Amino acid sequence: MNGYFADVGALARKDLLLELRARDTLPAMLLFVLATFVVFHFALPSGSSALAASGLLWVAIVFTALLGLGRAFVPEREQRVFDALVLAPNDRSAIWVAKALATLAFLAGVEVVALPVFAAFFHGIGAATVGGVVLADVGICAVGTFVGAMATASRARELLLPLLFLPLAIPIVIGGVGASIVDSPGRYLGFLAVYDLIFATLCWASFDYVVAE
Amino acid sequence: MIRARELGKRYGEKRVLWGIDLDLPRGGVLVVTGPNGSGKTTLLRLCAGLAVPTEGELEVAVDRGRLGFLAHEPLVYRELTALENLDLYGRLYRVPERRERIGMLLERFGLWDARHERVAAYSRGMTQRLALCRALLHEPELLVLDEPFTALDAEGATLLDAQLRELAGERTLLVSTHDPARIDPLATLRLELAA
Repeated sequence: MNGYFADVGALARKDLLLELRARDTLPAMLLFVLATFVVFHFALPSGSSALAASGLLWVAIVFTALLGLGRAFVPEREQRVFDALVLAPNDRSAIWVAKALATLAFLAGVEVVALPVFAAFFHGIGAATVGGVVLADVGICAVGTFVGAMATASRARELLLPLLFLPLAIPIVIGGVGASIVDSPGRYLGFLAVYDLIFATLCWASFDYVVAE
Repeated sequence: MIRARELGKRYGEKRVLWGIDLDLPRGGVLVVTGPNGSGKTTLLRLCAGLAVPTEGELEVAVDRGRLGFLAHEPLVYRELTALENLDLYGRLYRVPERRERIGMLLERFGLWDARHERVAAYSRGMTQRLALCRALLHEPELLVLDEPFTALDAEGATLLDAQLRELAGERTLLVSTHDPARIDPLATLRLELAA
């Protein structure tokens, strides 16, 4: 098991290093989410409810994550490095775990800036919303990285990723919005945690089939 | 080491390889030739386990971790240095005495001085040398090389010649090439594919 975590560590470190060098993903995600908030700020009629703004927060999170997920496997695709990773003797699920962790780090980094900006533009953010965002991020990155790997093999990858990912993200949006707006968010946070557990387990167990031809 | 019977591959309606029979024993050197589009790369990808046959049988008696593969693409990250790329693969393949092995290969293929440069700054020939280092890093039992002399200058080709001579007999080699004369003296088996 130590070997497995060492593989995950080496692969995730590689993804963080690539981003540090190329700066392809994080700045794009950050600019996108901030631009989205600005557009929403002017698009929402004055006097709109906080409920509407909470919904927009989750729209922004999901589409920002989609932007990051679309770039997640670009280094592997450009040089066909996926072939080399698949041939390595390590458990192939380590590729998925590492990629999901790296994407999670990028998304969390963006949200550290984006959530205070949202609070400044719209309304304050409570602990339940932050908890919901954390749990949602795990589910988004687990599922999104999995379908991102599937889409990588396809010529229509730019179309396939949102087509596969967005339906799977609907429960995350329901759980996230619910946790953000109700007085007792425990049920919604529990729902997100169960979603994370089920989908992360499914993705981890079936990633080997995704990368095989 | 490799046994194929009526091996074939289709991609959808397109049949790219068919009717391949071969027996390559351990320590043998198979040289695959043929024009562009004859299925050389497909055959090598099948033997490397990167593609699944659609016809016939294929047995490759080697573990995934004991196979070295050199493809058309270098299979390295352009934004990492040579050292970082080889270190990553060394970790994934659990190469014992990883740093020494990486240093030895980089020296041998003339990349030691450029080890801290990003691959994106390498010439095509240097990238191909790095790809060879990657394929040889874990001392594979079966080495699958798809047109390994591509992009190498005279010095690089000579280095590769020497490396292949050293490996022939000790390891099993499967090499596709458009320049069979270069590797023919080492061949124990030849396969010419038709377009």
